[in-house]
Amino acid sequence: MAIPTPPVAPLRRRTRIHEVIIQGLLFLCGLISIFVTTGIIYELSKEAYLFFGYQQWLPAHKPLVADIAPEQTLFEVGTQGPALEVGSHYRIGDEIMLLEAVDGALVQMQRGAQQTEPIAHRAGLTLSREVNPNLLEFLTGTAWEPHNGRFGILPLLNSTLIVSSIAILVALPLGLATAIYLSEYATPTARSRLKPILEILAGVPTVVYGFFALTFMTPLLRAIFGSGVVEIYNMASAGIVVGILILPFVSTVSEDALSAVPRSLREAAYGLGATRLETAIQIVLPAAFSGIAAAVILAASRAIGETMVVAIAAGAGPNFTFNPFKAAETMTGHIARISGGDLSYDSLDYNSIFAVGLMLFLMTLVLNIISQRIVRRFREVYE
Amino acid sequence: MQNSTYAIETKDLAIFYGAFQAVGNVNLEIEHHKITAIIGPSGCGKSTVLRAFNRMNELIPSVSTKGVVLFNGHNIYERDVDPVEVRRHVGMVFQKPNPFPKSIYENIAWGARINGYTGNMDELVESALRGAALWDEVHDKLDQSGTSLSGGQQQRLCIARAIAVKPDIILMDEPCSALDPIATLRIEELMYDLAREYTIIIVTHNMQQAARVSDYTAFFSLSEDGKRTGQLMEYGDTKTIFTNPGRKITEDYITGRFG
Repeated sequence: MAIPTPPVAPLRRRTRIHEVIIQGLLFLCGLISIFVTTGIIYELSKEAYLFFGYQQWLPAHKPLVADIAPEQTLFEVGTQGPALEVGSHYRIGDEIMLLEAVDGALVQMQRGAQQTEPIAHRAGLTLSREVNPNLLEFLTGTAWEPHNGRFGILPLLNSTLIVSSIAILVALPLGLATAIYLSEYATPTARSRLKPILEILAGVPTVVYGFFALTFMTPLLRAIFGSGVVEIYNMASAGIVVGILILPFVSTVSEDALSAVPRSLREAAYGLGATRLETAIQIVLPAAFSGIAAAVILAASRAIGETMVVAIAAGAGPNFTFNPFKAAETMTGHIARISGGDLSYDSLDYNSIFAVGLMLFLMTLVLNIISQRIVRRFREVYE
Repeated sequence: MQNSTYAIETKDLAIFYGAFQAVGNVNLEIEHHKITAIIGPSGCGKSTVLRAFNRMNELIPSVSTKGVVLFNGHNIYERDVDPVEVRRHVGMVFQKPNPFPKSIYENIAWGARINGYTGNMDELVESALRGAALWDEVHDKLDQSGTSLSGGQQQRLCIARAIAVKPDIILMDEPCSALDPIATLRIEELMYDLAREYTIIIVTHNMQQAARVSDYTAFFSLSEDGKRTGQLMEYGDTKTIFTNPGRKITEDYITGRFG
């Protein structure tokens, strides 16, 4: 009797439809975030390009005193408003002129500049001045007055950096101390009770923090340093409160980094006769350096991007000052205030906020890149 | 500091994890300048006993210790004893090499520095590395990270780090279990040399290792009453334990019938 051969197991590749679908969906999710980021960069760059690249006209508040003929190069204009600038282009109606000389109310213009047709103009029409915001002026100018054609970002950048620095000065020591306490000293019970409280701090809406700064921190600062020194809106108050706002961020991420340091390193230190403090500060902290540095830098980019607190408490209006007790608008605060008003689309002010936005984006991008570098450079790999 | 007959002497040592008694009734006398091996099957509390000798167990919150551990005649579990001081005199080498993520030099200098060493640090680092038979391999790269060394070198660095603090006793918790046979051999050779200056207590899974290196052997096993409490079954000089064990359970373990 022949022994029956067992049936051959089917080894053929099978299509698993649900796996394919799920894989596709996951890929799609990743793709969406990339698309959104690309879209944001595109939109910011486009509008910022409009700001830098396009010829724009600002009212010069100089009405013609009398009618002028197409060939007339010397004529009188009103004297109110900012002074005329020799070498700048001016426009009346469709015609562009180049200002060659100015003497009181009398101006000498080269007519029909930039391939425009010299035409007659009636008295009362006003001149517009050409403004060409250039990158150098944008980066080095110390006044931000778009309506006057002055586009120096330094006042906004400066207050952003002051507020963020104060925030980091508050959040770094407090956050690190909290993290060390939670990871090295707290009993499991204490930790399980304290961590949720810290996370509540992270859940408070930023507008609440804003009013906390305005109605608590500012009066406190004024009580300590005197109300003559501390203005009602000031960078110090906003900075301290932003520091409190990013504190849970610093402490939880740092605590994760500290807890990730293997117990064997702590045991090695204790085994040598180290105290808790020596172990925590000299062994665990350096071993967690990369994680902590990344936490601080990410918290810094959060502080730079924080808007509501500074919009409420830091002051409205750019102000180039290094005194933290003075009011000065930050980049984010400026964007929030300007975009909250009724700006016409494609106006210079409107485009200017995209230039500021792009600057913000670049700053946080650079910080993120630095944090990645640090993580890669200083990471200790533990098995 | 040899004002006592024994380096370590335990009296009715019992260790609990919460309510669970992990080890009980350990009465053990460990001789100065000898290598004492602690052997036994997994989970019988060998490491727990070892870690009781430098109060390392209390880093785990749920652990409680009863009984007496005399170090040079002083009970280290007395209320006024500082565990930090105990660990200064009773050093430890762990199962997995755990060098600090610092330079080789700093790995050794750190322990000495926190213990208030004010002498010539370069000399101390060199003598510790020589003591751990590592100097020739690393003398030209002392500023490299300790973690860049091979496993066996890392473990010798950990030994160098321990002896730089000049302890009286070195506890070794399965120091070779993560090493290859050649690195193991080097550590074992090193232990002979170290025993001239230090009292060494080693927990090992490897019975040949215990037989090779130790002067005395303590055999631990789980109690036979089903409570899974680790107990000292037999203790004596290594030759006797391995060639003429006093109890059946010791013989069964040594001949490989369980464990």
